[in-house]
Amino acid sequence: MHRGKNQKAFFIVVVLSLAMLALSIICLSIGGTSIPLKETFLSLIGKNEEGSNLIIMQFRLPRILAALLIGAALAVAGAVLQGVIRNPLASPDLLGVTGGASVAVVAFMTLFTGYSIHWVPFIAVAGAFLVAVMNYALAWKNGISPFRLVLIGIGISTAMGALTMFLLISGPAYLAAQVLNWMTGSIYGTSWKYIEVLWPWIAAFIPLSILYAKELNVQALGEATAVGLGSRLQLSRMVLLFYSVALAGAAVGVAGTISFIGLLAPHMARKLVGHSYKLVIPVSALLGAMILLLADLAGRMLFQPLDIPAGVFTAGIGAPFFMYLLFKRKAAD
Amino acid sequence: MALVLHSRRSKLTGLVIGVLLLLTGMLASILYGIHTFEIGQVWLAYTQFDDSDAHIIITNTRMPRVLIAAAVGGSLAIAGAIMQVLTRNPLASPSIFGINAGAVLFIVIGLAVLGSSLTMNGMVWIALLGAAVTSLLVFTLGFQGRSGFEPIRLTLAGASVAAFASSVTSGIMLVNKQSLEAALFWMIGSVSGRQLDHLLIVLPYLVIGWILSLLLTGSLNVMALGDDSAKSLGQRMLLIRGLSVIAVVFLAGSSVAIAGPIAFIGLIVPHLCRFLVGNDYRWLLPYCALTGGLLLVCADLVSRFILMPKEVPVGVATALIGVPFLIHVARRRKHA
Repeated sequence: MHRGKNQKAFFIVVVLSLAMLALSIICLSIGGTSIPLKETFLSLIGKNEEGSNLIIMQFRLPRILAALLIGAALAVAGAVLQGVIRNPLASPDLLGVTGGASVAVVAFMTLFTGYSIHWVPFIAVAGAFLVAVMNYALAWKNGISPFRLVLIGIGISTAMGALTMFLLISGPAYLAAQVLNWMTGSIYGTSWKYIEVLWPWIAAFIPLSILYAKELNVQALGEATAVGLGSRLQLSRMVLLFYSVALAGAAVGVAGTISFIGLLAPHMARKLVGHSYKLVIPVSALLGAMILLLADLAGRMLFQPLDIPAGVFTAGIGAPFFMYLLFKRKAAD
Repeated sequence: MALVLHSRRSKLTGLVIGVLLLLTGMLASILYGIHTFEIGQVWLAYTQFDDSDAHIIITNTRMPRVLIAAAVGGSLAIAGAIMQVLTRNPLASPSIFGINAGAVLFIVIGLAVLGSSLTMNGMVWIALLGAAVTSLLVFTLGFQGRSGFEPIRLTLAGASVAAFASSVTSGIMLVNKQSLEAALFWMIGSVSGRQLDHLLIVLPYLVIGWILSLLLTGSLNVMALGDDSAKSLGQRMLLIRGLSVIAVVFLAGSSVAIAGPIAFIGLIVPHLCRFLVGNDYRWLLPYCALTGGLLLVCADLVSRFILMPKEVPVGVATALIGVPFLIHVARRRKHA
C-alpha cells in the first residue's frame, strides 16, 4: 500500500517535470514573433545563427527562468508556512513579507528619487526581511505560538498596507502609477541580472526545505506530540520561518506581489500526493512554477500588443484547476 | 483565558458603556471635519432646516456617512465572528466567502457593459447580486462530498473563488480602461459620498441579518463545541449552518454593496471582543456589533484629519487605530 502510494507520487513528479519542460520550450518559441521549435532547440544548445537567437536568449529565456524560479519559490514558501502555522489559510503575505517589501519600495521611490530603478529588488528584499523580523520579535513571548504570530502578522501587514497607501496618496501622482505597476506582480522586465540574483536563493532554500520536511511532518501532529517526539519546536520553527521568508522575500523582490500561488499551490499538491511534506514541497514547487509560467504566457499572448502583468492571471489560471481538484475528490469519496 | 469582563454585571455595564461610546463617536463624527459645527446646529438642521451650507452638509453628508459607518462596521464584525465559528478558522473573515471579490467583479462588469449610465443606486443592487451569486457558488462547492460539510472545504472553495473573481476583475479593468476610474473609487472602500437612500436599499437585509444572527447565538455556542458534541446535543447542523451562511451573506453583502470592500474589521474585531467577553456568542455578537461600529466611525473621523484637507481611505485609518489594539491583545492572550 505504502509502496504503491510512493510509486504514484514518483509518477506524478516525473509527469509534472516533463510537462514543465515541454511548457517552457513552447513558451520560448511562441510570442509576439513566433520562432520555429527547431531554432529554439538550436539556440538552447548554442548553435542558432539566426536573428531569433537574440530574442530567445536575451528576452524570452530569462523571463521564463524567472517565472519558473519565482513560482516555485512562492509555492514552497506557502507550503512551509502552512506547515508551521498549521492553518490552511496561511500564505507568505501573512508574515508581512509582501507588505514590508511594498513599503520599502514605495518609500525608496518617494524619498530617494534619482536613484537607479535597479536597486528596487534589493530594497524590496531588505524591507521584507525587516518586517518579518519585526513580526517575529513582536510575537515572541516565551517562544513563538503560531496563532499569535499570524494574528500579529495580519496586524502588521495591514499597517504596512496602510502605510503604503499613505505614502502613495501624499506623494506625486506619477509615482503611484509606477508603484502600482510593481505591486501587481510582473516579470516582463526580467534580464539575466535578476536571474543571477535570484537563483542562488532558490537553489539553496528549496532543497533545504525538502531536507527539513520531516520536521514539518512532525509539527503537523500538534505541538505536544512534536515535543514528545523530541522535536526542538522553537528552533525548527525559526529555521522553517526563515526559509519561508527567504524564498518569498526573494520572489517578491524581483516580481512584486503575486497572489494565489503561495496560498493554493500547496493545497493542489496535497490533493495530488497526500500530506507528507517530503512530497508536498517538490510538487508544490513544480505546480507553482507551471502556474506562473502559464500566467505569464497568457499575459503576453491574450491582449497583444499589451503585455499584462502575470500576477493578474495566476488565479485566473490556477483557480479553475483547483476547483476541479476540489470537485474531483468528491467523486472519489 | 483571562477575560477582562468576568461577571454578567460587568458585561452588561460594558455593553452600556459601549453604546454610549458609539453614540459619542457618532456625534463627534457629525461635528468635526473640515467644517466644524456645534450641537445646536445639528438640532436646528433637523428642526428648522434653512438651506444654509452648514445644514446641508450636516443632513446630506455627515449624517449618512456616520450612519453607514456604524451599520457597516457592526455588520462586518458580526459576519466575521460567525464566519470564524462556521469555518473553525480564526483567520476567516467575510471576504473568505468571496463576497467582496464577487461584488467587485459584478460592479466592474456592470461598469464595462453599461458605462457611465450606471447610477449609484444601480451599483448597490449589482454589488448585492454579485455577493449573493459568488457566495452561492462557494456554498455549493463547499458542501460537496459524502461527508456533507467540511469547514476546510468551504474555506478553500471560498479562497479560490475569491482569487478567481479578482483575477477576472483585473483582466476586465486592464482591457476596458474606462471602467477603471469609477471602479477604483468604489474598490478602495469608503463610507463617504453615499446618500441615505443607499443605506435604505440595503437596510432591510441588514436588519434581517442582525435579527438572524442574534437568534443564532445559542446555536453558535453549541456549534463551537465541535460537530460530534453538537450532534449529540441534538442540534440540526445543516439548518444552523445554512442560516448562519444566510446571515453572513446578508450582512457582509449589504456592507460591501454600500461601502465597498472594507477589510480588517471582520477579521479583527471578533478577536478583540473575545479578549473582552470570551467565547460566549450571546455576549460576543452584541460586543462585536458595538466595537465594529465604533471602530469604523472613529476611523472615518480620523481619516479626515491625517492628511487635511485630503481624506485618506478609511481603511488606512482603521489600520492605524486597530493594529496597536490587535498587537496588544495578541500578546496578552495565553497560549492558544
